[in-house]
Amino acid sequence: MKQPSSIDRRRFLKITGLTGASFIVGISFSQAEGAPEILNLSHVAGSFELTPYIIIESTGQITIMNPKPEMGQGTWQSIPALIAEELCVSPDQVTIKPTSGEAQIPGQSAGGSSSVRGSYDRLRKVGASAREMLIKAASDQWQVPAEECYAEEAKVYHKPSGKNIGYGELVEAASKLEVPKEPKLKDPSTFRILGKSMPRPDVPLKVNGQAVFGIDAEVPGMVYASVERCRVFGGKLLSYDDSEAMKVKGVQRVVKAERVLGKNRYESIAIVADNYWAALQGRKALKVQWDYQGNDQFNTAAYEQQLRELAKSDGVVAHNSGDFDGAFATAPVKLEALYETPVVAHATMEPMNCTAHWKEDNKVEVWVSCQGAGIIKRELSTVLGIPQDNIIPHILFNGGGFGRRLSADYATEAAMISKATGKPVKVIWTREDDIQLGPFRPMTFSAMKAGLNADGKTIAFQHKVISPSISATNNDKYDKTKADRSMTEGISDQQYEFPNMKNLYVFADIHIPMAPWRSVTSSTLAFAHECFIDEMAAKAGKDPLDYRLGLMTKDSDAKNVLLKLKEVSNWNKPLPKGRGRGVAQYEFFAGLCGQVVEVTKQTNGAIKVDNVFAVIDLGTVVNPDNVKAQVEGGIVMGLVAAVKDGIIFEKGASRQSNFNNNKMLRINEMPKVEVHILANGGPVIRGVGEPGLPPLAPALCNAIYAATGKRIRRLPIDLNKI
Amino acid sequence: MAAFNLTINNKSYAIEADPQMPLLWVIRDLAGLKGTKFGCGIAQCGACTIHLDGNPVRSCILPVSAGTGRKITTIEGISVNSDHPVQQAWIEEQVPQCGYCQSGQIMSAVALLKKTPKPTDAEIDTAMQGNICRCGTYQRIRKAIHRAAELHAGQSKKSF
Ligand code: FES
Ligand code: FES
Repeated sequence: MKQPSSIDRRRFLKITGLTGASFIVGISFSQAEGAPEILNLSHVAGSFELTPYIIIESTGQITIMNPKPEMGQGTWQSIPALIAEELCVSPDQVTIKPTSGEAQIPGQSAGGSSSVRGSYDRLRKVGASAREMLIKAASDQWQVPAEECYAEEAKVYHKPSGKNIGYGELVEAASKLEVPKEPKLKDPSTFRILGKSMPRPDVPLKVNGQAVFGIDAEVPGMVYASVERCRVFGGKLLSYDDSEAMKVKGVQRVVKAERVLGKNRYESIAIVADNYWAALQGRKALKVQWDYQGNDQFNTAAYEQQLRELAKSDGVVAHNSGDFDGAFATAPVKLEALYETPVVAHATMEPMNCTAHWKEDNKVEVWVSCQGAGIIKRELSTVLGIPQDNIIPHILFNGGGFGRRLSADYATEAAMISKATGKPVKVIWTREDDIQLGPFRPMTFSAMKAGLNADGKTIAFQHKVISPSISATNNDKYDKTKADRSMTEGISDQQYEFPNMKNLYVFADIHIPMAPWRSVTSSTLAFAHECFIDEMAAKAGKDPLDYRLGLMTKDSDAKNVLLKLKEVSNWNKPLPKGRGRGVAQYEFFAGLCGQVVEVTKQTNGAIKVDNVFAVIDLGTVVNPDNVKAQVEGGIVMGLVAAVKDGIIFEKGASRQSNFNNNKMLRINEMPKVEVHILANGGPVIRGVGEPGLPPLAPALCNAIYAATGKRIRRLPIDLNKI
Repeated sequence: MAAFNLTINNKSYAIEADPQMPLLWVIRDLAGLKGTKFGCGIAQCGACTIHLDGNPVRSCILPVSAGTGRKITTIEGISVNSDHPVQQAWIEEQVPQCGYCQSGQIMSAVALLKKTPKPTDAEIDTAMQGNICRCGTYQRIRKAIHRAAELHAGQSKKSF
């Protein structure tokens, strides 16, 4: 066991709140992330470079620290499960505690569907190491060979004699042992937790009102604030008059603040009051003059026209294989189409909020729904100019994340308001603030080209993306000369075997802040990509699913997904007239999913979405029922983005403001969803939270084409008016 | 400011508030019951659903004055041990994802089942349409309501 260089025992004890004997196992990330070292921290009582993942106290109390915030994606179960399985404890013997950035652990955030796939081996090894040490402690005590012992339900058993001893009683001895170099992982056939549809421990808290979300935080002496910000992006504050606002009963103060989002700095005015209602009333009475700086000239219609113009330019090369230009020029059959998608809002069910307390010693404590303690520490430190050690985040249940809570603009602003007020303050965004102020999912336009030979075989393929860039709206140092990888994600990585493929990126600037939105750019690119493949199939006179399979001669997971879809959706069974089914699959950084959608054209002409069959490929599955829930959710979110309002800017501001004009799917519009999981092992572990989303829009539009003969090339659509 | 006497979950609360202050904020911030959620403030999402004399209402648009002399029930008052058939069914079907909308969903479902102990899919659609779930748990909500109806039918208690 290596001793870490800097040890601060007092600080460590404060963090974990431990007294008495305990056995703590963690990982050191002082090396490269790829080669973490598992450490016994019981005596070294770690520094900030150490994470205690498992804490076993002499009372038998077992705590597993969870670095991945729970936002509905199931990490409250799936992450501790990795440790609990190898530690041989049942889920109900364990207390789960979220990390608060106690240590500089990379990975204290959840995004990119990466929580399980990024932790699978690492956290199992942490659990296995602790288990082997506990077994060693018991066998030493009994003076029997360790091989005769095994662990189960937080006890070590001696097989020949049947003796057993609880983990709590082994704490003292185990804490003095060396960490095994090569802990033996369990054979998956003996798993009791992993791979099983275990109930999620957060669910009971979410049916009786006990789950504590960021918005529920309570701090003694807390005041409330509502914040006025310019609806026109890029507006500057000219002046404000708070005389009427100050007259509202309960309003305490009006203070200036700032919302910092990447490179963007937006001035704001906070109304601080005894209660939130008073703050809202005060805000209504506030008079503000903004200088829009000409940004009130911006509107979506004109911007989209600009994108259509840009679609004619070459852009920069994102991928080039074979000779696209030559093959396309000589192809006997050519297809071209432009696909268009909208800007959308995240609209997490829990609006942005943060409770912050800036204390006299420049320590800042925050209680917040955010996708990571690491994000809070980093952002607050950078924006507020105080050391990371001064920032104490408490990450509570997130009422949805979807990428919106990868930013911490709401937290830095709340901290500034607390500083100006000298009190802990809870800032709650209204739904209007939440929908209108971004950051948003960017729109992408896609100019598609394909050349087919005389027998319908594709010989040339091109996907050109024209869009604003997420990174350019946040980062000053954006490099326009390179194809933006996140804006072209997945388009060059599908398993289709195109002999000549050239994909391009055309950057379109915008001053409005953009952000990753569940499944990032695949949420729009898959629509263009997979609808266009359908157009090619139609041109070739082939069945769309067989056409796709025909483009995949080699074995691949994507091919298996399509084959499974064909079977579970009864693809070959004809549908009656007026009904149609469509297929799509998409593989990108987060994972791989394919879907078949079935629709009916009703007598009034409206389209009804009847069924969605989904096949998600994971390689390895931790909780099948949770995977199904995530795919069901991805499908709903994909459907909302395809058939409900997008965000339209007029005079520089979002026309949509709340759920009355930025509508969501409701229960009566919910199709029947059937999810199938492919988990046949193998080296790749794929993500769960996002892959269910991208295939929905193209599969839906391909189904509408099958039912009506109408091609959809622009989203959103109104299902009542196809 | 005015004084109000409210009965929430059979407990009485003496509240000092602006008469226009919505029940939602009174319940959350003055009575300290945080299970009822804020989602939109304009009666569009159902996250703030409570019962007034057993009927589901949107507490974000009801002034505190509308709550006096009435029986207010929030998610915390549905059962003592989370053993209401709707809560049990919600756990069995693993309905919640982020969970933020679920207090409101459950309050609407309980009100539906009180009136219609064995609802059809169409009746579920009508009763639950006012509740948005951004995480997309609708399929499980439907299943859980049917399951709650079954659970209740198997129990001896008369009403939901
Ligand atoms: S908060 Fe009341 S209906 Fe949305
Ligand atoms: S469970 Fe997240 S909004 Fe419904």
